[in-house]
Amino acid sequence: MGIPTEHYTRKEKLGGVGCERRRKEDARFIQGKGNYVDDIKLPGMLHGDFVRSPYAHARIKSIDASAALALPGVHAVLTAKDLKPLNLHWMPTLAGDVQAVLADEKVGFQYQEVAFVVADDRYIAADAADMVKVEYEVLPCVSDPHRAMDPDAPEIRPDLAGKMQGAHSARKHHNHIFTWEVGDKAATDLAFSMAEVTVKEKIWYPRNHGSPLETCGAVAAFDKANGELKLWVTSQAPHVVRTVVAQLSGLDEARVHVVAPDVGGGFGVKVGIYPGYVCAIVASISLGRPVKWIEDRVEHLAATAFGRDYHMTGELAADKDGRIKALRVHVLADHGAFDSCADPSKWPAGFFNICTGSYDIKVAYVCVDGVYTNKAPGGVSYRCSFRVTEASYIIERMIDVLAQRLGIDKAEIRLRNFIKPEQFPYMSALGWEYDSGNYAEGLRKVLEACDYAGLRREQAEKRARGYLMGIGLSTFTEIVGAGPTKICDILGVGMFDSCEIRVHPTGSAIARFGTKDQGQSHRTTYAQILATEIGIPSENIMIEEGDTDTAPYGLGTYGSRSTPTAGAAAARAGRKIRAKARKIAAHLLEVSEDDLEWDVDRFVVKGVPDQMKTMKDIAWAAYNNVPPGLEPGLEAVDYYDPPNMTYPSGAYLCVVDIDRYTGEVKVRRFYALDDCGTRINPIIIDGQIHGGLTEAFAVAMGQELPYDKEGNLLGASLLDYFIPTAVETPKYETDFTVTPSPHHPIGAKGVGESPHVGGVSAFSNAVIDAFSHVGVTHIDMPYKSCNVWKMLHALGLDKRE
Amino acid sequence: MKRLEQGERHTVSLILNGVPRTGRADNRTLLSDFLRHELGATGTHVGCEHGVCGACTVRIDGAAARACLTLAVQAEGRRVDTVEGLAGKDGELNDLQQAFRRNHALQCGFCTPGILMSCSDFLERVPGPTEAQVRDMLSGHLCRCTGYTNIVKAVLETAAERQARREEEKHA
Repeated sequence: MGIPTEHYTRKEKLGGVGCERRRKEDARFIQGKGNYVDDIKLPGMLHGDFVRSPYAHARIKSIDASAALALPGVHAVLTAKDLKPLNLHWMPTLAGDVQAVLADEKVGFQYQEVAFVVADDRYIAADAADMVKVEYEVLPCVSDPHRAMDPDAPEIRPDLAGKMQGAHSARKHHNHIFTWEVGDKAATDLAFSMAEVTVKEKIWYPRNHGSPLETCGAVAAFDKANGELKLWVTSQAPHVVRTVVAQLSGLDEARVHVVAPDVGGGFGVKVGIYPGYVCAIVASISLGRPVKWIEDRVEHLAATAFGRDYHMTGELAADKDGRIKALRVHVLADHGAFDSCADPSKWPAGFFNICTGSYDIKVAYVCVDGVYTNKAPGGVSYRCSFRVTEASYIIERMIDVLAQRLGIDKAEIRLRNFIKPEQFPYMSALGWEYDSGNYAEGLRKVLEACDYAGLRREQAEKRARGYLMGIGLSTFTEIVGAGPTKICDILGVGMFDSCEIRVHPTGSAIARFGTKDQGQSHRTTYAQILATEIGIPSENIMIEEGDTDTAPYGLGTYGSRSTPTAGAAAARAGRKIRAKARKIAAHLLEVSEDDLEWDVDRFVVKGVPDQMKTMKDIAWAAYNNVPPGLEPGLEAVDYYDPPNMTYPSGAYLCVVDIDRYTGEVKVRRFYALDDCGTRINPIIIDGQIHGGLTEAFAVAMGQELPYDKEGNLLGASLLDYFIPTAVETPKYETDFTVTPSPHHPIGAKGVGESPHVGGVSAFSNAVIDAFSHVGVTHIDMPYKSCNVWKMLHALGLDKRE
Repeated sequence: MKRLEQGERHTVSLILNGVPRTGRADNRTLLSDFLRHELGATGTHVGCEHGVCGACTVRIDGAAARACLTLAVQAEGRRVDTVEGLAGKDGELNDLQQAFRRNHALQCGFCTPGILMSCSDFLERVPGPTEAQVRDMLSGHLCRCTGYTNIVKAVLETAAERQARREEEKHA
């Protein structure tokens, strides 16, 4: 090792893109100095709690709040009747439907919000909620989506009676929400009729829940004197909340101030707007005091947006060599009692049409039917970009089913079908233009690192001795960074994102963004992007998000969109700063702009290295010595409308051993190779991958929200809902390839969701692979020991010799 | 043991992070709510209120305990330590906090205060833990973001550092 050059040292000092910068968020959190919504305490603040329905489907005959109101410390009990005059008893959903804020004459799911009690503290509010007498007439209920469109199925949404045109399509039944079709049906049917081989499998992706460790909540404070509303809220998208609140309340948007302070995890659950937020606002406006609402864990799991619940039928047509000719998928999507799916407004099934995956499939057809059932509303993307996990799951499962049918190795069949590097940009049969990828390289690297051939040999030997071992592969492609405003909007607001930078006279800077961190490390990584662009050390760049009064408008953080959109805005705003800095430097050095070149943190006169101005010099000059005709100051803002989505990809390999007598699944090895394009901070990337894989493990091995026939949710506490601890969680090996996005200013693609999207299929494929030698092609998740044991028992594999 | 009458309100005095503090509590007030809302020590978080997630873990007379499963009145006269008391008086992070930061052992930060308190207690009781012991201790906590590996690393690193320091002191 030689002595580092001066140039190298400067670059190191900058802490820009690619460096392993330690997190800037941590110092506060490890000292208990975070500031989450429930930490906010305002003078005179009251507390809200809900009366919730014990029934899944019932008519409300009467609500008697007199006893509750008589309890000392109770200030109000709001019901739909109180919200009606304000026209706030229903609210629009992101999916173009409406949702009851407080049940209007009837309830459609168990735990639905019926009344909102406001009291001096949360204990009194809970007492009072128990004292509100609600008389119900129980109605027949539909909890099975397959029964939802039966001719005699009970009508879940009488408010929509006679409305045969939904937000996305015609409605063919009173419990039908939409039919969404993509692709060429005729060509697909033809390809199937002519195919040498076809396979078909019914695959359910169970209802689950993102369940971040911090539940949802809000503090609303209405200032009557000025007509201003301030709302602290657990939101991944505070600007959208501001716009929706302004529209709902009729308040001038300039008088609505939304703050998302520290957010204790989101995973998509904190994208939407919940009745609790609206009730806190209404209560604050009507009582003239701040009102806090914090849901408890049971309310969170039972009533706040769930994920998935896709009943899918996948079909592949192929030739005898396993080359896929066509894909056909039908989905029955269970949306619960209201369509509160959090997708871009024009996409009722999100980007499910990414389901051709990493494979060159010439024709495909997808049809999704959304239905109402008497279950909680939701359908948010649990750490996934809009139904991409479901899409990835169906294709990654189906390609395994096809491989088993043909007796082709599961890695080999993938290699035969991958889109090749030279095919990019690649237009998929279902309409997406993939930006870049090198799928075969990734998979080959994984196979070699894990000695795949050796694993298959070991599996064969073990099978011969009666042991169950499974090897799961997942070679997924994600679609993230929503998105181009011409196709992506939330309630009419285009899904751009933004960055605003101010460079101060002494050479430090503050940058604000329209996104909102919930653990993704934006303060750390955005500053790295900016450091590289503007030559100011990341240590001297402050990052702020979440306050709608100060941050530029943006659509928030979900769908792995922060790096692809706001990260791009950062790079572009930084380039605007640099362009102005170049003018100032030319002026200071008395040369033409063309005579200057950029060198890490300074402009240098070409060929005269000691003639230079650092960004620090230039920042100072920006406030006292700018060229004639140029405004003083050094600020820039960029609203970035991405030209396309980005398409991160990965190749995962999972090895499991299954105890044939107990059904216990042990993950022996998990190797995750990700390609997220340009890597901004390897430590943060690894952290995201570890976290996402653990969620994927949770989903595959235990997470579900089961309902009985009466619509009772069977278990809504953390004693029932599986969140793995450090004991169950497997260890992961991580790896990467780098295929930059050609259209992103720094080539980055986003990574937060890849491990969840790709991980679920890898775990699932591994478990099912353990049974492939006895002809099993599919087992639905979750693979709890009892479920796996049932399969072992049914197959007689648990018999002792 | 003192008998409490229904509906009574009490003055609860305890030693919070070395400082005597007093507040008012009902019989049923949870220690987690008392700390957060009565004494303003919001570093301790509440994730489930049924004793599973561990976010509310504090140390009562040194032993890690769920503040959401403890009544405020039970803490009368006792020493309660929370995440706010970990750093030194001058704000210097302690070795465990530093190891968490160094190892990227937290993301959203919501579970972290409870985990730090359990680890503090554990490392005093088990100075040279194995990875399995660390994982077993951590199983009293849920983290949705990290996948635990980096937390385990941080705890093992802290244990090793302390061990090395003890060795040094012995030889000095």
